[in-house]
Amino acid sequence: MVRLITHNLLACHVKGCTTNNFPLTFQDVQIELQEAEFNPEFVRNLLSRLDWAALVDAAKQVGDTSLPPEEPEMMDDDLLKKLHHVLLEIHVIEGAMTCPNCKHVYPISNGIPNMLLAEHEIG
Amino acid sequence: MIPTPDLSHLTKYDYEHVYEPAGMSYYLALQYTFLLLDALEEEADEIKKDPPLICLEIGSGSGCVSAFLGAILRQLPVVQIATDINPRASLCTLKTGTRNKISIDPITCPLAQPLLNRLRHSVDILLFNPPYVPTGSEEAFDAQTRGDISGAWAGGASGMETTCCFLKDVETLLSDRGKCYLVALNQNDINGICTMMLDEFNLQSKIIMQRRAGREHLFIIRFSRTSNM
Repeated sequence: MVRLITHNLLACHVKGCTTNNFPLTFQDVQIELQEAEFNPEFVRNLLSRLDWAALVDAAKQVGDTSLPPEEPEMMDDDLLKKLHHVLLEIHVIEGAMTCPNCKHVYPISNGIPNMLLAEHEIG
Repeated sequence: MIPTPDLSHLTKYDYEHVYEPAGMSYYLALQYTFLLLDALEEEADEIKKDPPLICLEIGSGSGCVSAFLGAILRQLPVVQIATDINPRASLCTLKTGTRNKISIDPITCPLAQPLLNRLRHSVDILLFNPPYVPTGSEEAFDAQTRGDISGAWAGGASGMETTCCFLKDVETLLSDRGKCYLVALNQNDINGICTMMLDEFNLQSKIIMQRRAGREHLFIIRFSRTSNM
C-alpha cells in the first residue's frame, strides 16, 4: 500500500535525475482509509525521518488538509493523531506519482508503486 | 517459537512467476528462506531489545521473510518496506502481509534504488536473500541468455553480481544501530565479503548461522557498525 510514510521515502531514480527529484507528485489517486492503532511515541519517532513540507503537499494531493504548513515545534496529542492518520491510515490504491524534475510517471496499481525503469533510464 | 508465515494463499502460478524467472528452483529458494528465518528467530530477543523503526527487505519474493520479521515484532509499531524487481512478487508480498496481519509496504523496483536518498542512514533492519543460482545450472544459463528481467536478476555465475551491487548500498542505508542480514553462499567468498565491508565501509561482519543444503553451503552474514551488538 502506498501510505504517505512510504511516499515520503521515495525519490525519482532515473539516470541523471538528481536534483528536484523529490517529492513525487500524486496524480489521479484513488484512496482507501484503513484504521491503524495510534501510538504517539511511534509517530513522534517517525518525525525525524520525514520531510514535513513534502508530507503536507502529498496530504493535500490526496485530499487531506489537516496539517499545518510549517512543522510545529511542539507536538500535542491532537496533532500527533492527525499526523498518524495522514502517515499511516491513508492508502493510495490506484494512480500515479510524477517526478517534479524529469516528469517520469511511476504508476500505482493494486496499492503497489511500479518504480521500474526502461534500460536507457537506469543509472 | 515463532510460526512460519501462512503462505497457503499463494498458488502454483505465483511460485512459478516469483522464483522460476529468477532461475531458482522453488525447493532451493525455500532452503535459503528457512535459513534466514532461523537466523532472525535466533536474533529475535536482540532485535526486540532495541525495537527498529524502519525495516527494509530487498527481493522480498513471496513476502515470507518480511511477514516473519513482522511476527517477531508483533505489538511493536514499525514501518516495513519490501522491494522486488518482479511485480508479481510485490503482489505476493502484499497478499502475504494481509494474510498474516502484518503491515508491509511493497515497492516494485531494483534493489533499494528509489529509497537510497531518503533512507540514508535510516534503516534499522535490512534483509537480503539474493536470487542465487546454483553454478552451472541450465536455468541460470537460460535466464541470462534470454536477456529479460530474469537475466538481470540471475546475475553472474554464482548470483554474485546482484549481491555486489547490494553490498555497495548497505552502508548508505544502515542507521547507527542498524543491522543487515544477508544470505550468502560459500562460493561467494565469504571472507572476501567481510574484509571488503570492513575496508571499504568500516562495517563489521559476523556469521550468525550456516547450513548445508544439498551441494550448497549457505551462510547468514550480519553487518553492523559496531561488533558489540
